Amino acid sequence: MEATNVSPKARRRSQLKRLSFWTLSWVLSEALVIYGHRELWAGTAWLTVLAFVLNLFFGLGMVWAYRNLTNLLDELQRKIQLESMGLTLGLTLVAGVGFSVLDITDLIPWEAKVGYLILFMGICYIASIWINTKRYC
Amino acid sequence: MKNRIRVLRAEKNLTQGDLADAVGVSRQTINAIEKEKFDPSLPTAFRIAQLFGLPIEAVFQYDPAAG
Repeated sequence: MEATNVSPKARRRSQLKRLSFWTLSWVLSEALVIYGHRELWAGTAWLTVLAFVLNLFFGLGMVWAYRNLTNLLDELQRKIQLESMGLTLGLTLVAGVGFSVLDITDLIPWEAKVGYLILFMGICYIASIWINTKRYC
Repeated sequence: MKNRIRVLRAEKNLTQGDLADAVGVSRQTINAIEKEKFDPSLPTAFRIAQLFGLPIEAVFQYDPAAG
């Protein structure tokens, strides 16, 4: 096993940079699938499939990088992450099902797109992290 | 769980950051432990006690009222 003198803080920072790279690549490849299909290669199926596979690859890389980052967090940081993720998952489930019911029953005039749910999830996660960090620190 | 970390740290002239680096946790975690908002795991509690050269019960005291 390779010995290392790198501090936990420096390792966390380095892993955070890796996570940023994978996340940015995932977002850009998502845009490439959609806009590439429409604008760049005029619907050529194999190019769309290739871009989609690339998007999946970056997505899985992002998940793996996040998993590695959580392994480098200390116990309080993990607790904050766990509580925030639990709250986000629960609220997204309730809001997602509720949103779908509103759409099915035509109680909302617009279509219940998944983008709204992702936005809601992001806001919940950021708010939970902020509240939990304030609570403990 | 009650603790004497703030006093012991002052005696050794250590900052929260110094202690955090020595124990391998973040400064925020040391701050939360000192303020008794967060109970550390046993390995972390032992590392802190070892750093001050004291038995764990001289640094941490169980407080039944705190739950």
